[in-house]
Amino acid sequence: MMLELLVGVCLLGAFVTFALPEEYAPEAALGISLVPLAVSLYMYAVFDGVGNALLGGDPAFETQYAWLTLGRYDVTWHMGLDGISMPLVVLATLLTTLAILASWTPIDERQSQFYGLMLFMEASLVGVFGALDFLIWFVFWEAVLVPMYFLIGVWGGARRKYAAIKFFVYTNIASIVMFIGFFGLVFGLGDSIASLDLPAVAQALRAGELGGLGLLSASQVATLAFVAMFLGFAVKVPVVPFHTWLPDAHVEAPTPASVMLAGVLLKMGTYALLRYNFTMLPGIAQSFAVPIALLGVISIVYGALLALAQSDLKRIVAYSSVSSMGYVMLGLVAYTMYGTGGATFQMVAHGLISGLLFACVGVVYNTTHTRMVGDMSGLADRMPVTVGAFVAGGFAYMGLPLMAGFAGEFFVFVGTFGADFAGAPVFTSVGMFGIVIVAGYLLWSMQATLFGPFESATDYEVSPAAVHDVVPLLVLVVFIIALGTFPYDLAFDAILEATRHRARPVRVRQHRPRVEQQSRPRGHRLRRLAGGDGRVGRVPRLWRR
Amino acid sequence: MGVSVAYLVSGVGDPAVELYGGQLVVDGMALFFQVIFTSVTALVALASYDYLEDMRHQAEYYILLLLAATGMSLMAAAGSLAVGFVALELASLPSYGLVAFLKQNRGSVEAGLKYFLVGALSSAVFAYGISLVYAVSGSLLIDAVAESVRNTGLPGVLGVGVLMVLGGFAFKTASVPFHFWAPEAYEGAPAPVSAFISSASKAAGFALAFRVMTVAFPIEGVVGAVDWVLAVQVLAVVTMTLGNFAAATQENVKRMLAYSSVGHAGYVLIGLAALTGTGDGGLVLGAGMIHLLVYGFMNTGAFLFIALAEYWGVGRTFADYNGLARRAPLACVAMTVFMFSLAGLPVGGGFVSKYYLFAGAVNAGVWWLALVGAVNSALSLFYYSRVVKAMWIEEPAEGVDVSSYPSTLYAAVITAAIVTVVLLPALGLFSGFAFDAAAAVLF
Repeated sequence: MMLELLVGVCLLGAFVTFALPEEYAPEAALGISLVPLAVSLYMYAVFDGVGNALLGGDPAFETQYAWLTLGRYDVTWHMGLDGISMPLVVLATLLTTLAILASWTPIDERQSQFYGLMLFMEASLVGVFGALDFLIWFVFWEAVLVPMYFLIGVWGGARRKYAAIKFFVYTNIASIVMFIGFFGLVFGLGDSIASLDLPAVAQALRAGELGGLGLLSASQVATLAFVAMFLGFAVKVPVVPFHTWLPDAHVEAPTPASVMLAGVLLKMGTYALLRYNFTMLPGIAQSFAVPIALLGVISIVYGALLALAQSDLKRIVAYSSVSSMGYVMLGLVAYTMYGTGGATFQMVAHGLISGLLFACVGVVYNTTHTRMVGDMSGLADRMPVTVGAFVAGGFAYMGLPLMAGFAGEFFVFVGTFGADFAGAPVFTSVGMFGIVIVAGYLLWSMQATLFGPFESATDYEVSPAAVHDVVPLLVLVVFIIALGTFPYDLAFDAILEATRHRARPVRVRQHRPRVEQQSRPRGHRLRRLAGGDGRVGRVPRLWRR
Repeated sequence: MGVSVAYLVSGVGDPAVELYGGQLVVDGMALFFQVIFTSVTALVALASYDYLEDMRHQAEYYILLLLAATGMSLMAAAGSLAVGFVALELASLPSYGLVAFLKQNRGSVEAGLKYFLVGALSSAVFAYGISLVYAVSGSLLIDAVAESVRNTGLPGVLGVGVLMVLGGFAFKTASVPFHFWAPEAYEGAPAPVSAFISSASKAAGFALAFRVMTVAFPIEGVVGAVDWVLAVQVLAVVTMTLGNFAAATQENVKRMLAYSSVGHAGYVLIGLAALTGTGDGGLVLGAGMIHLLVYGFMNTGAFLFIALAEYWGVGRTFADYNGLARRAPLACVAMTVFMFSLAGLPVGGGFVSKYYLFAGAVNAGVWWLALVGAVNSALSLFYYSRVVKAMWIEEPAEGVDVSSYPSTLYAAVITAAIVTVVLLPALGLFSGFAFDAAAAVLF
């Protein structure tokens, strides 16, 4: 029931905040958001999920109740977390709390509505990562759009209306395409499934139950469904060439919404790709490996080049997200234990890092009222803590060792280099080159804005930011360094627990709801892992104790 | 309304009760539709209390409303074509009066006249269709018709008759090709009446259509004469596409809702269009009924919100709704729920009922119909979100006074919103009734 509690607290908090008078909303929202944060951290501490939730694993905090029956198909309220979704839930709750804190300065009108929407979005995000039934998942997936649309549209910059509607329609059409693709699979499976339960669908697909549909053969159905779902999720990620909504949305969105958008919403796309395309249709994914890897590498290099061409700090960070999500794609397509695990790790790492950078840009903008690289310089003298965090975030992006970005990219590269699709080493090498471009534009923009003699094109007083502005930055820096220093203990063990089955033959189990909690051995994840899999030894024991 | 819900839940319609030698049939389907009519009527009557404040002829208004509701209930229970025709007229004639209720308002009178003329024409078509069917089958009872049309010697006459009957339904449900009265009537009528006609009257048309088409003209029996399923498929695609595209180009909110109502008629037509004989017919027909139930609340609510806006003196275009959320946040939350639910986002029951419809269509093998519906549904978000955008995002317009809070109008809007949201998780409770009722009619 913990997961339902998490969603319920956020939803209830959203309504309460929405109804509160303006002056209490910021503090109340912060207080309320600490509850789900604490709950999710507690859940992480006691997390005991085994294996991949979709492939016969035993997810933690699992619940299942009947909801609807549609002809042959049962729809159940099925929630649960495995090693892939658990870190993302923590990421969502952490970033929401920090984003709420970061909104105290910039958001000064219609505050109760703003904070209510933030909490509503948190509820939906937790639902997306926790849902194990397609329809429930889709409800949450669509529900995320609504608050984001308002956040951009009401509190955004000058072109906010255009950006909001572009974001909304673009991603909604993508959802429909994906929806149709998934139902192609469901109908192709025919009588072999009796529900829209994701584990049941995934296991039936992997057991080869897919049949033809109309004039299409089974393999054509699978291919078309794969392409439809890929297109649907690629918009969300976004993968070049479906990325055009992203810079508009980011630039116009208020800073806290950018933090959530880059930090968590983009991960929905890669999370869904992992859950649906790669877990359910690994064979098709294998045959499409080269084009997908190509798209990933293009995203990395082209996104970085676009970032290089910008002079608006927010646009730079926005395009660099396109680039970073390319690494995640590369890790996913490698389809090795480390590739997929590394991709998941990179999702979390990038969520923290891009959240940090957007928050820094926001703090700078709150003070100077400009985001243009040429309009200011030497901020380090005036706001040292903010600039320190900014530099830390920049170096994390560039992959400085002992920071989360390095660990994530390293895992991805290890996984991809050993992948068995054609030209994997070449793709990996070209992808690595992207880091050089990242270093180029980040160093250039940081040097121009943060260092040198102080100058500002705007007439605002530039003084150190308020404490509540700086706290989120420092918390993020701490998390980034902690995650980079102890990646296995903090996240990667849990993730590998869910991705390691990839290297083994698939264990297909008839999925059935657990009626009662069984007690499981609660050994340390590391020990459980080290005993099991031969591939662990192939990876340098860089951080192992 | 309470009585109809109680009857539905307690299972009075199982087995079907037949009255007057089969002229009236009270089964699960009739009761299900009566729940829709009575709920909408209750909401509209509640809202009209404030809307009609200080107007003359209030008693006549409520009499017409209840007469129309009676006609609709009879339509849902009609066991013969003659009763169906009489009930249709009983539902339609008061509606003409209601549309033209604002006698001093040019738009209202013009809308009433147009509605009446198109209605009279389509009634004539409907009656002529009935007479042709009678000529072939020698009976007006729909059960008897079904038996005698199976091996008829006059397939041509029967075919024309069936198509003409279908035309009568197209009028009542505001489907292509008899849809063009709808935008004028909905726009010109008082907003509560628009709510009533676009929700209850449409559902009544479908109630009669579902029963007559499936019972009197079972597709495997009449396919030699006319393949009406194919005709309905074409109608469904054209109706939803035309309704959605026309809605997207409107500047007037009420007119936009009117075209969206045409579009939704197209979605519900899938319920008939997917009765191809393969797959589970009860599933898709029941899905159509469920969509009408949800639509009864979300669409009524949307028109009642417009009634609220008219009450405040807010103008009719999107621009006039600018910034309304700052003046009346609660009502605007309700309207946002209606809009997103109509668009099929999962904030209300509209998501699940559309999902039922499309899944039923795919199940019946007409996956392309579901595809057209899904694409239309995705596009519809564009114009629904314009209302939301105007209310929440645009800067407020000057000179709108939202100082008064008409309590019953408010209560009706909020109730409709709450029911719309609650139907999302709770639809599982109702769907059983619909599917059972639909299956009972089909077999």
